[in-house]
Amino acid sequence: MAARHDRLVEDLAGRLEPVRPLARPGLRAALWLGAVAALGGLLASRFAMIGLAHHPDLPDLRLAAAGAVLTAITAAYAAFATSVPGRSPAWALLPLPSAALWIGASGPGCLRAWLSPMQELPGGHEPVGCFGFLVCVSIPLSLLIVAMLRRACPLRPNLTAALAGLAVAAAAAALLAPFHPDEATFTDILTHMGVVAGVIGLNILAGGRLLTR
Amino acid sequence: MAVAISLGPRTGSPFGRGAPLAGGRPAGLERNRVEARTGSGMGRDGELAALMAAAQRGDASAYRDLLKACLPLVTGIARAQGVRGEAVDDVVQDTLMTLHAARASYDPARPFLPWLSAITRRRAIDRLRRAGRRPQEVHDPLAFEAEVDPGPAPGAGLESQERGAALARAVAALPDGQRQAVEHLGLRELSLEETAALTGRSKGALKVNLHRALKALRASLVPEKD
Repeated sequence: MAARHDRLVEDLAGRLEPVRPLARPGLRAALWLGAVAALGGLLASRFAMIGLAHHPDLPDLRLAAAGAVLTAITAAYAAFATSVPGRSPAWALLPLPSAALWIGASGPGCLRAWLSPMQELPGGHEPVGCFGFLVCVSIPLSLLIVAMLRRACPLRPNLTAALAGLAVAAAAAALLAPFHPDEATFTDILTHMGVVAGVIGLNILAGGRLLTR
Repeated sequence: MAVAISLGPRTGSPFGRGAPLAGGRPAGLERNRVEARTGSGMGRDGELAALMAAAQRGDASAYRDLLKACLPLVTGIARAQGVRGEAVDDVVQDTLMTLHAARASYDPARPFLPWLSAITRRRAIDRLRRAGRRPQEVHDPLAFEAEVDPGPAPGAGLESQERGAALARAVAALPDGQRQAVEHLGLRELSLEETAALTGRSKGALKVNLHRALKALRASLVPEKD
């Protein structure tokens, strides 16, 4: 059996090529978040920002947006940290508090819309618009983060892919906030959460396979 | 083969069979290797980390040394995870291939052993899962009944302990010359020259003493065995 190992050692040493060590997870997460910010800049140059700025009286919207931003940052860091062997899988817990803030703060808007009899129900086109926006933003961000994560060696591919999906979904929600025309309604929340769950699920399904070494 | 693993810094000499040092390697790396061989300076982790960093720069000789040094470590970690028999060798192969594919993910500023250990444990778990999914032979009653247990029989340890004690008693009862001949030539497996230098007896006398001692031992142990 030792001969088998010796053969493999010789084979691997024979085809060794220099590699550049990957940057730290924090720096790689920052690069990805930079791409998110660039996408946000691109969207701001194309679309009118009629979201948060038009609802100064609703702090929960700002809180939900802040929670989404924090979730995107922490989930991206956790995804890159768990993609490196030897790093603790406990990093996966890092985005949970901010995710709770994001989802928790999205709730009051929905309840307010539901309980207020004077609230005008949104037309069918709006959730569809949100859905399209979230999906269109999520796809390139998912592809980018999976491509970046593949360069490392995720030993728990499904966990890393789930964190990547959470980061993408949160980033998409954060990018949507400045452009969202109304305060969050029940239909909006359902649409958003459906897309978030879909993005995370698809990342686990596809990303988990793509990240498996 | 049982392998003791220590993931912490170690001062022992980890490499007994490293390849000769290639010319032109960074002086710091060579110093680290020498220090590791002599048990001084950086611990085992520092040595392996230096080899891995050199391997990332494309130093095939350092990489070969690193992989060879990893073999007993990976074997030990795989066994500690519960992998047994030939599957251990499969885990070693899988781990080395993953190490090769993922070598860019090692950060030279961080310790090497946790990185290696994480990869090995994952590969061992993968192996155990695959083995768990495969149908086990135990479901085939005839094959299970006919299976011979390759391990030691119950009480084998006790028996060998008793045999050892009986041999020690018989050797202790021999005359000095014969006892020394058995101890050095038979048990410690020294050469005739070494034993002659150690005891001050001639090689011829040692041969005669060994011959007589073996005859006496045979005579004293056989009745006891019956």
